[in-house]
Amino acid sequence: MALSKDSGKGRARASLPPWFKTTVLTLGSIAVTMLGLLFVTFIIGRVMPIDPVLAIVGERASQSTYDAVFLELGLDKPLVVQFAYYIWDVLQLDFGTSLLNARPVSEDIARVFPATLELATLGIFIGIVIGVPLGVVAAARKGSWIDQLARVLALVGYSMPIFWLGLMGLLIFYGILGWVGGPGRVGIFYVDVVPSVTGLILVDAAIDGNWDVFRDAFSHIILPASLLGYFSLAYISRMTRSFMLEQLSAEYITTARVKGMSEWDVIWKHAFKNIRVQLITVIALSYANLLEGSVLTEIIFSWPGIGSYITTALLSADMNAVLGGTVVVGLIFILLNIFSDLLYKVFDPRAK
Amino acid sequence: MDHLLDVENLWVRFPTRQGIFDAVRGVSFTLGRERLGIVGESGSGKSMTGRAILRLIRPPGQVEADHIKLDGVDLMQKSEKDMRDVRGERISMVMQDPKFSLNPVMTIGDQIIEAYRLHNRVSKSIAWTKALEMLEAVSIRDPDRVMRAYPHEMSGGMGQRIMIAMMLIPNPEILIADEPTSALDVSVQRQVLDIMDKLVKERGMGLIFISHDLNLVADFCDRVLIMYAGRIVEVCDADKLHDAQHPYTRGLLNSLPRLDAPRDRLEVLTRDPAWSEAPSVSGRV
Repeated sequence: MALSKDSGKGRARASLPPWFKTTVLTLGSIAVTMLGLLFVTFIIGRVMPIDPVLAIVGERASQSTYDAVFLELGLDKPLVVQFAYYIWDVLQLDFGTSLLNARPVSEDIARVFPATLELATLGIFIGIVIGVPLGVVAAARKGSWIDQLARVLALVGYSMPIFWLGLMGLLIFYGILGWVGGPGRVGIFYVDVVPSVTGLILVDAAIDGNWDVFRDAFSHIILPASLLGYFSLAYISRMTRSFMLEQLSAEYITTARVKGMSEWDVIWKHAFKNIRVQLITVIALSYANLLEGSVLTEIIFSWPGIGSYITTALLSADMNAVLGGTVVVGLIFILLNIFSDLLYKVFDPRAK
Repeated sequence: MDHLLDVENLWVRFPTRQGIFDAVRGVSFTLGRERLGIVGESGSGKSMTGRAILRLIRPPGQVEADHIKLDGVDLMQKSEKDMRDVRGERISMVMQDPKFSLNPVMTIGDQIIEAYRLHNRVSKSIAWTKALEMLEAVSIRDPDRVMRAYPHEMSGGMGQRIMIAMMLIPNPEILIADEPTSALDVSVQRQVLDIMDKLVKERGMGLIFISHDLNLVADFCDRVLIMYAGRIVEVCDADKLHDAQHPYTRGLLNSLPRLDAPRDRLEVLTRDPAWSEAPSVSGRV
């Protein structure tokens, strides 16, 4: 080992430290993936049978108005040049103007994305905190009542339509019991009470020290977040269970038992350490799915998030908004992937 | 002769769809401060015997025995919690392949220290020193580096020596070695065996050496139990293994290739159903 490090390869690149190479490779892969994504969204935007000029000027505009806008949008230029312009714009976070409200799409996204981020983060938190231990215990006590319970919970989570669960949740916990706030992010009296710093109302309220708003926002978010948490829990607990079963049958587990270790420590100190990498992939994937915006949940709970934003834009053929939203969602996926790759290196010595 | 271990009528059973499968069927033997070999082919129940002594057979598998006495105390009567004080501290086990029997995401140092500290209330730094000594005892060069390394950075022979160090560090009385050299290159097999033998002798331990390698067992052990289909079919002194009488043992010996008597075609073992029905021979002394 020590030998191979000092061999010719190391000397030839002595000026480049290894982290530099890794960083360049990572950034390169982000760039290439993003370029691919932008290419696809650009092509979609151009081949859609929606005339962007017409969408702006309206059907009754004169030919001269039409032509003026046509030129303004740069549609007379070759496609390659248009694509270059598009990339240039996107690099400056300019996704064009929404056709619906004539505001920059980037501003709209900056407004709706924090709502989704807040909901998804709380949702995935609930999913992890309950799902992972549930999966571990289900694997350790395979075949026991708790394993069966976990199985049923996950099955219900997989098969129950989310809009139905959402409506029932609202009906029971909001309508009848009154335990939680209704649809929307905060009650009507608390709208725009705290200054928006991060766009995450819980955080903004905490920064402002306005705990009334915090409580109200929490009572609004907890039901949809629990719902999303439940759905990711179903997936996370199943995957955790199967990862753990695989590890628990491994020989190093026998070694740990031979040492005289308690079963609790065997499970958490030995087996669990070995599933962290796989678990990260699963959690990152679930989180990305939630961040994409769960359209149904957002619509039922009148949650002004990115899912309902893209859907509304799509239904009204607001292509700039749709493409802007798509690029942002794509970027999230890429970033989460890279983040989980980085965590691999922390948790698995073999990945170094 | 004082017995470290006294096993009487040991059964290991696994429920299957076709009914109950008896992996070990009424095995009895004793172990003194000696090297006891258990040989047999795959599925003969030799590994299960080793694991049953440590009560490591997981449900739905079941272990039954009239008694498994360690220094006169019956392990069968102990609770699972009390068994944890036996495992590692009094009886330990080295498994076949260090590639799988070491935890891949923990440093070697952490794993050895853990084995020591489970049975000794000492600080980490004392345990570290102790682990270094133990690694030196199994002829690991540069133990400081090895302590900080991960298992995948080790060769098979090193891995197995690390396993031996880890399993002997709490100073147990009995070591069960379950095919400890089968996964190793022939060139390092002998070296690992010698280290194990030296340590076991120095500490006056009892060794149960489980193997399918007849020549190795004949060479290395004092006494040999030959297992077939969950029973002991023959017991003999290791140096007399080549004069064994049972047709199964003879068949196994005859089907081995030999350098001094080359043959075009090796003999094939023909099995007599009566072997598996005959009562188990006692390995008690």
